[in-house]
Amino acid sequence: MVVQFLDIAIGGLLTGGIYALIAVGFGLQYGVARVLNIAHGEFIMLGAYCTWTLFTSAGVTPLVSMLLCAPFFFAIGFVIYRIYYTPLRTSSGSATVFEGNSMLASFGLLFVVQNLALIIWGSPVKGYSYLAFPVQLSGAVFSANRIVTLIASVILGSAFYVFLVSTRTGKAIRAAAQDPDAAKLMGVRINRVLALCFGFGAMMAGLGGLLLSMTSIMLSPVMGMQYTLIAIIVVVLGGLGNIKGSFIGGFILGLVGYIVSSSQPGLSMVAYYVIFLILLLVRPTGLLGK
Amino acid sequence: MINSRGKWSSPIALILLLLLLVALPAYGPSEYTVILITNILMYVVLTVSWAIFSGPTGYISLAPAAFFGVGVYASAILSSDLPLAMVVPIGGAASFILAYLVGSLTLRLRGMYFTMFTFGLVELVRNSVHWWEVNISGTVGRLIISADNTTVFYAMVATFLAALLASYLIKRSRFGLALRSIGESEEAAAHSGVNVNRVKVVMFAVSAFFMGATGATMSMRWTYIDPTLAFNIQFSFMPVLMAIFGGMGHLYAPITGATIVSLLEEFLTTKFPYYYMFLFGLTMLVVILFMPYGLEGTIEKWRKKIKAGLRSSHETT
Amino acid sequence: MKLLEVAGLNKHFGGLAACTNVDFHVERGEILGLIGPNGAGKTTIFNLVSGALTPDSGAIAFKGQDIAGLKPHEITRMGIGRTFQSVKIFSKMSVFENVLLGHQFGKGKPSNKKGAKEETEGILEFVELSGMRDARAVDLILANQKRLEVARALATEPDLLLLDEVMAGLNPTEVAQAMELVKRIRERGLTILMIEHVMKAIMSICDRIIVLHHGEKIAEGSPGDVSKNKTVIEVYLGE
Repeated sequence: MVVQFLDIAIGGLLTGGIYALIAVGFGLQYGVARVLNIAHGEFIMLGAYCTWTLFTSAGVTPLVSMLLCAPFFFAIGFVIYRIYYTPLRTSSGSATVFEGNSMLASFGLLFVVQNLALIIWGSPVKGYSYLAFPVQLSGAVFSANRIVTLIASVILGSAFYVFLVSTRTGKAIRAAAQDPDAAKLMGVRINRVLALCFGFGAMMAGLGGLLLSMTSIMLSPVMGMQYTLIAIIVVVLGGLGNIKGSFIGGFILGLVGYIVSSSQPGLSMVAYYVIFLILLLVRPTGLLGK
Repeated sequence: MINSRGKWSSPIALILLLLLLVALPAYGPSEYTVILITNILMYVVLTVSWAIFSGPTGYISLAPAAFFGVGVYASAILSSDLPLAMVVPIGGAASFILAYLVGSLTLRLRGMYFTMFTFGLVELVRNSVHWWEVNISGTVGRLIISADNTTVFYAMVATFLAALLASYLIKRSRFGLALRSIGESEEAAAHSGVNVNRVKVVMFAVSAFFMGATGATMSMRWTYIDPTLAFNIQFSFMPVLMAIFGGMGHLYAPITGATIVSLLEEFLTTKFPYYYMFLFGLTMLVVILFMPYGLEGTIEKWRKKIKAGLRSSHETT
Repeated sequence: MKLLEVAGLNKHFGGLAACTNVDFHVERGEILGLIGPNGAGKTTIFNLVSGALTPDSGAIAFKGQDIAGLKPHEITRMGIGRTFQSVKIFSKMSVFENVLLGHQFGKGKPSNKKGAKEETEGILEFVELSGMRDARAVDLILANQKRLEVARALATEPDLLLLDEVMAGLNPTEVAQAMELVKRIRERGLTILMIEHVMKAIMSICDRIIVLHHGEKIAEGSPGDVSKNKTVIEVYLGE
């Protein structure tokens, strides 16, 4: 019994680690930069593909790729926000108009990135194997690479949390999340901070994809959307604007996903959706939000 | 029927266009033209029906692909037993019911939550149908008894007429007025006597009906469908792009947008088969930033300038 | 006859008691004023009566029927119309369309196209906005936007009209015009409950006045009585 429970718990954590990371990224983009980035999953997909390319053609191990991917994806996100969403913000007038427009723009971005991947890598699915040896944990067997992704997610998540809490930029981000106008008045360069948030969000997506690719899943250019949906559900679960909540929510959803897919594979998305619906109807502020 | 905008020129032009369409296959243009126009009509109906609800209310639905797909599946399941004339409305009805359900649950929420939910609906339905096929019916995908291109063409024309009529009638009715008021201030609308939730849900379902009918019609062009083919997010993207590109105010706007973009798609799929969706994604980005009111916005601006120009020239003479 | 009766009305938001044990009634045909310092709970009362909020406890009866907990559109169709503190007109629609909406969904049965047009234009004439019929609501000056909101509410054929600070932000001329309009509305047979800060207006038009403070009713009576009431004076001077 205890073994079963631990098995489920660990399995859930392993799934949840990546969910937590991508949810925090999405939350930064929506909660702070106010962009409902439905192309988020596409950056996750891109991260997975970049890692695959580096591994299969240059032999760069994923953990080393992280050092390349993190700044790369951060830069992509930062630049996209600067050259597109910032002017869109200005031309949109009100916040509600910007919310709608930026979401639609992200819809366009989804197809841009997805088809870019199709053009570069083609549609046949790909995958690679790394650290795929089995590890025994409390009686159950898990793949080593999945344990590594969990550890990586926790480290990255915690590092980011420390960044938010102790650095000046981190504090500026938190101020902007609470009240962008007040933050502006306090001297925070708001456009810069929002672009940074979008960049961090893209970075976490890229890293999430990197970690995902390590778990020996099959990559395809259309794999992104389901992760966008997972990120959305986790952010709602954890409470909009609540970074900690998104992180914890990721693990909760991961647990649910693991339990459901052990008994009925193929229904985990449906289960997530049912949770989503219940949340929206009963507690849209999230389980952990205020 | 009450409204303060209605022009005589539009209905006449429309009737002429319709006569042209109906007579088209009889004049013996190539099979290709018939197929092309069927495609264009498909996109026009999807765009016009999307604009019926999302245009005035501002609730952006990303679910058209889900409703289209439901129609496709309804047709696939029933077309061997029932005649075409019944299958198409049933496909529409199935989508109507799904939309009514989804709308009742999510339209009382903030717009963004509604949008998020509709975004995932396509995946959700696809996943569910796939799971059903794997675990319950045993076979994934099914064969369709397809119909010839001319039959599909006429079915699409009929659906187009119905959608156009519905859109026109709604716009001119008090419900069109109610939809616009909801888009401006739900609270004020409610206090003016509008049953806001009921209007939103019913109109959302009505727009889904035509998307389902379109799916049911178009599925007869395919010989085989499966969840991935039927529930494709592209069918949510294209109508939204076309409506944003064309505009959503006057009736001509989404029709124009859909026609232009689908002709563009036709041209691009032959010349740049691997790049065309990439280009459309870029188009969306460009249109949102530089043409937020779409073609209609530009056209209406010119109209006003011309009117003002004519007026001032009248004054000087 | 008591058109509106409120008894033991309570509403709180989290820790804040917006409305505590409020009792009052509105006689048919009267103009009742609702005054009090900012935050006294006046708009909360409006929201409770119009259905925008549900009371925690207490009874609200309109024409003898219990309306507490009903939805706004149901209450509007029973005969209560209202305006809002921050004007909520339909900006992109024309003046005519704004009023037409109220006409089409209000208490009266929707008439045919011709009847609707005539009746709507009649209301526009009554509030003196006929000249702006096709103007976009957002292009109107504030005073006319307020008129428009009143017209839209009138189009729903209310028996009771709730006016929320209809004179706020108006210059003295506009205030005088608004006062005229309120009187003419009463002459048309409507009953009016109005929240106001413009004391001159309240004192001169209202038949009776209710004073709220921190969610509680502290005084009630004719304008003369209320203006001499010691508690009321303290509350206002203390502000």
